[in-house]
Amino acid sequence: MITLKINGLDVSVEQGTTVLEAANFLGFPIPTLCHMEGLSPYGACRLCVVEIGEGPKAKLVSSCTYPAQEGLKVRTASNRVIRARRMILELLLASCPQSKTIQDLASAHGIRQQRFRQEYEDCILCGLCVRMCDEQMMAKAIGFRGRGENRSIGTPFDVKSDVCRTCGGCMYICPACQLRCTYNEPEKAICGGCANLTPPCLEKEHFDDMMCYMDPCVACEIETKTDK
Amino acid sequence: MIQKAALSNGDEVMTQQDVDPVIITKIVEKHNKDRGEIIAILEEIQTEYGYLPEEALRIVSDKTKRSLVDIYGIATFYRLFSLKPRGKHLVCACLGTACHVRGAPRIVEELQSQLGIQAGETTADMEFTLETVNCLGACALGPVVVIDGHYFSKVKKSGIGQLLEKARTGFDKIDIAKDKRIFPIEVSCPHCNRSLMDESFAIDNHPSIRVAISFDHQDGWLRLSCLYGSYNISTELDVPMDTVVKFNCPHCHVELPSTSNCAMCKAPMVPLLVRGGGIAKICSRRGCKNHMLDVL
Ligand code: FES
Ligand code: FES
Repeated sequence: MITLKINGLDVSVEQGTTVLEAANFLGFPIPTLCHMEGLSPYGACRLCVVEIGEGPKAKLVSSCTYPAQEGLKVRTASNRVIRARRMILELLLASCPQSKTIQDLASAHGIRQQRFRQEYEDCILCGLCVRMCDEQMMAKAIGFRGRGENRSIGTPFDVKSDVCRTCGGCMYICPACQLRCTYNEPEKAICGGCANLTPPCLEKEHFDDMMCYMDPCVACEIETKTDK
Repeated sequence: MIQKAALSNGDEVMTQQDVDPVIITKIVEKHNKDRGEIIAILEEIQTEYGYLPEEALRIVSDKTKRSLVDIYGIATFYRLFSLKPRGKHLVCACLGTACHVRGAPRIVEELQSQLGIQAGETTADMEFTLETVNCLGACALGPVVVIDGHYFSKVKKSGIGQLLEKARTGFDKIDIAKDKRIFPIEVSCPHCNRSLMDESFAIDNHPSIRVAISFDHQDGWLRLSCLYGSYNISTELDVPMDTVVKFNCPHCHVELPSTSNCAMCKAPMVPLLVRGGGIAKICSRRGCKNHMLDVL
């Protein structure tokens, strides 16, 4: 067991626990974006920053990836942490202002405005969908491509992947695109599956083993609308 | 040195050709000992085809049991790899901070206008590919331009036309008249000691060396340049690349006795007695440029 201090409270956790888990155990809220139980920690969004150490040696780390250490002193809501978190949220908001998840987080932190140029990106590269596809769906159909400014997420060669089962897991988990499904804009679709396939709900027997995450399902909606 | 020069002289960057699964499999098998070797595999495929064909990546994914996304991710992450066929000559202009402040953007502009392409593109005749990099680690020498592995420092806008012209002809072309590493030798048969020099047939403006060669039940003459370091030859036979031929003395008809094997291709090395002392040895394999001079 490891004993550490979070916001002045002692807590004992098992070896291998992250600071985020320890803080959650004590009930201290730490906002997260790219973290999800069941997926490996990735540390992309930095929203979960906390301050560790003391005095001039104190530093900011991402709690979702930082392992608990014996005698560690953590502050989850010091001034410095709050400032950093608000800045991160402002930046996220600037790159993806249309995302409901980010808007909610921002408003929860009292951000009403942001001072940067709005980019309207449809991806914040948090890697949730990549991990979902790999770790939960065991498909590895999508991944990171390129680097730096040109980094993007998608299928190899931008064609529909042979291993994609159109489960929709990537869309379900995505915090940035609240569209869920890009059925009507296939060139923007991550897997593009829905554009090439009849939506699974219409031809169920072909996809018995499929896990459909689309909720609400755009395909269903389109179908019902045209029916009327 | 000369060796490499001549090699890169003759080599052609291949463009757009069919992917041979056998070659890819061989490359994969050579490296596939642990996960980390994926870059080595991709590098080798790129040397083979000049770029990474989609087909090849799919085969690699299949053979290494790694997902195509991972391989594609690596292939797009590193600047070294290209998924599009590249031209014969690769022009790489540095746009790093140091080069940038020394005027690299103007150099790139000039390159773009002279080649008629944008950075990252290849000319229609598949001659040049223009790429930019962010620092080559030679900042004090900026602006730096690398063409086919040759570094050019403090490049000026006015010098670019000349650079591209030189690239077209190949930087490694040896100027036989001027190069000091190249000198004429006079040789004779190590068996009968009669001269092999042929005044009546000149190669590189010098008398040639005449020997008789045979391979595959064919015989004929072969004339070599007597310039040590020049590979110009002339022969009446059509010797396919990579064949090992037998060398005979045209006077005593004895086969020139080989005493050692080529360090590069293991074919026998043919000795020629050099006037003034010493033995020149040349590799008997067509296309192998190995040769050496033992001065006694
Ligand atoms: S939740 Fe920790 S970095 Fe995103
Ligand atoms: S900036 Fe060009 S070499 Fe470093």
